[in-house]
Amino acid sequence: MDSELKIKKEADQKNHNGAEQKSATRQDIKKTYKLYINGKFTRTESGRYYKLENTAGKVVANICRSSRKDFREAVVAARKAQPGWAKKSAFNRSQILYRIAETLESRRVQLMNVLMTEGADKKKVETELNLSVDRLVYYAGWCDKYQQVFSSVNPVEGSYFNFSFPEPTGVISVISPDQSGLLGLISVMSPCIAGGNTCILLADRNHPLSAIDFAEVLNASDVPVGVVNILTGFKNELLSHFASHMDVNAVIYPGADNSEIKQIQELASLNIKRVILWNRLSWLNDESQSPYFIMDLQEIKTTWHPVGI
Amino acid sequence: MAKKTKVLDFHSKWNYAPAPESADHVEVNKSYGLFINNEFTDPLSGKYFETINPAREAKLAEVAEAGPQDVNRAVQAASTAFHKVWSVMPPAERGKYIYRIARIIQERARELAVLESMNGGKPIRESRDVDIPLAAAHFFYYAGWADKLDYAFPVKHSQKPERIKPVGVCGQIIPWNFPLLMAAWKLAPALAAGNTVVLKPAETTPLTALKLAEIIRDADLPPGVVNIINGGGTTGAALVNHPGINKIAFTGSTEVGKIIQKSIAGTGKKYTLELGGKAANIVFADAAIDQAVEGVVNGIFFNQGHVCCAGSRLFVQEPVADLFIRKLKDRIETLIIGDPLDKNTDIGAINSKEQLMKIKRLVKAGLNEGATCYQPDCSLPSKGFWFRPTLFTNVTQANRVVQEEIFGPVLSIQTFRTVEEAIEKANNIPYGLSGGVWTDKGAKIFNVSSQIRAGVVWANTFNKFDPSSPFGGYKESGMGREGGLHGLAPYIQMN
Repeated sequence: MDSELKIKKEADQKNHNGAEQKSATRQDIKKTYKLYINGKFTRTESGRYYKLENTAGKVVANICRSSRKDFREAVVAARKAQPGWAKKSAFNRSQILYRIAETLESRRVQLMNVLMTEGADKKKVETELNLSVDRLVYYAGWCDKYQQVFSSVNPVEGSYFNFSFPEPTGVISVISPDQSGLLGLISVMSPCIAGGNTCILLADRNHPLSAIDFAEVLNASDVPVGVVNILTGFKNELLSHFASHMDVNAVIYPGADNSEIKQIQELASLNIKRVILWNRLSWLNDESQSPYFIMDLQEIKTTWHPVGI
Repeated sequence: MAKKTKVLDFHSKWNYAPAPESADHVEVNKSYGLFINNEFTDPLSGKYFETINPAREAKLAEVAEAGPQDVNRAVQAASTAFHKVWSVMPPAERGKYIYRIARIIQERARELAVLESMNGGKPIRESRDVDIPLAAAHFFYYAGWADKLDYAFPVKHSQKPERIKPVGVCGQIIPWNFPLLMAAWKLAPALAAGNTVVLKPAETTPLTALKLAEIIRDADLPPGVVNIINGGGTTGAALVNHPGINKIAFTGSTEVGKIIQKSIAGTGKKYTLELGGKAANIVFADAAIDQAVEGVVNGIFFNQGHVCCAGSRLFVQEPVADLFIRKLKDRIETLIIGDPLDKNTDIGAINSKEQLMKIKRLVKAGLNEGATCYQPDCSLPSKGFWFRPTLFTNVTQANRVVQEEIFGPVLSIQTFRTVEEAIEKANNIPYGLSGGVWTDKGAKIFNVSSQIRAGVVWANTFNKFDPSSPFGGYKESGMGREGGLHGLAPYIQMN
């Protein structure tokens, strides 16, 4: 397509918003990248930042370097949002995930540009964006189906009606994968929220632009405030807080670093936090999506009632 | 006109003749070794410890204590059996062995029930009608799953051969409150899925598990598939930390659960934890009151309150609170405390001296915090470990007797006005194992049961268990499920 070819050709002449960098008549407006907490774009309370450079070594943005306090604010928001999100009808959640896919599709150009600024080549970016949208649609479809697949009516002895079904684990802290940029983030976020959980995501250090631009997509897709919160910053600073916070029910870690896994599992024991290890080399293949990812973040509840009078 | 308070006279009219179950047919060896490779062997540690009858403080037997070398032997045996025999056996054949275990438990049910009451202190009525039949049923239920695992875990890549595989060698650590039943809960799904096991029973209740070892040997299970070793916390730690273990399954306190989760961090071992609880039993004004009183009594006094899912926090709706508490007090006056082997006994012996001291300590804390304590005026045997059924009123959410798991016959009582208040108070605790709701309104049941953050909710009933019914906690009550289809998941891995 002509427009896409044009984008490719001019990619290095544009900043990540797609605006012309040089103009005889006006200066472009660069976006300030902030955090996404409780449905609002806020700066880190710490006032700290780190510089993101493009492949040419030029600083393209100052990125918020989140603090423990930012994380705690995000947990408060996620906790507040969780019961309401879980209580929404499954069909409604399904439509909201589908809506995220729709909005993302319509913002392809914006996301394509930031992903290329973050260093990916055009072809890879296209594949990842396609998969990102498709993955959202995949999990949108599961929102009102996994319950039936994984629940049961149990043939107990005696006069009782007894059934088991999945309920969301609660508030999930998530370390985003360091590979596959936006696709990685969407792949770990979607099973959380499809299952009625709320989450706090730490964007990969090298992919903060696409993460925060994706927050704009969420913000425009009827996702209730607090359901997804996105922080940017340094994993080594925040990992321990993600794993130790007493009001977080589960932590997702998609990496392979055994010392980090050990640290997470040790701290998780403070409140019997579920530690979900999704160690995948790639989020590109079909096996990177499954209802079992949703079920990793569910609790089975069993209810008994006598039968007869 | 002032109402006359009805006073019931209990002690002159409620006498029962003793009805003790005979223990003549129960053979207990003087000494038991470690059960490794289908043989009872002497421990390399050279150590033995005594196991007693808590109702009489009398020694029953000496039991071998497994040291690190013994743990190693058991894990090696399990590992060899896993790779050479059990995981490569046709699943249907595996199932037959497990069915056989179920059948022998049924045949030896009376002996096992009596021994369970002797070693653990629980009333014979409970061990006879609940523990042992359920243990047999568990093996029977999971035996049938052995060759049907494909149906339990649907995936789209179903054409893959061997897509469901066992985890490997499982280290299983069980508590003293339901000794044989917990062994069944742990062993049955693990074996059905093709794993081998090193099981460590609780220090105070090793005997029925050792009888189970005899049963496993008599069922001709291949040597090493199930190994049973005894000991205390040190033995448990050696098992948890053994590098040959692929999965830990633990039932016990939240405190120890946290230690286990921490100690296996970074090792790649899988784990499931079934931990403490502090269940809310919520009684609404429109409940069938007498039925609810029975349910509350069963909820907290079943097995002396040594139950992780015990309904230890009662919430009564204000309009019926006075009536309900009076009926509850009347009801506990009639409870019979004493000889666990007597078929009339409602409340048996506290499992151990340590546990009795813990209960006393927490009850004292309740009194110190200003709570009002009520106990029936009943006599207790002079020897053994006993504790009267106890009610606490005038308690707040912050009191220790409301927040901490006592694991004894102690109930704290609070009142509430609205549904929202009841749910808020019920959930305001780190635990989330079980809950109860009593009302005649169906819509209210579904509202409350769906909002209680706990793994098992009993509506108009309490403390019911079944092999096909998943059991396990939310939050700090643990992770993973035991029982039912969902109870298989911790013991398999999917390709």
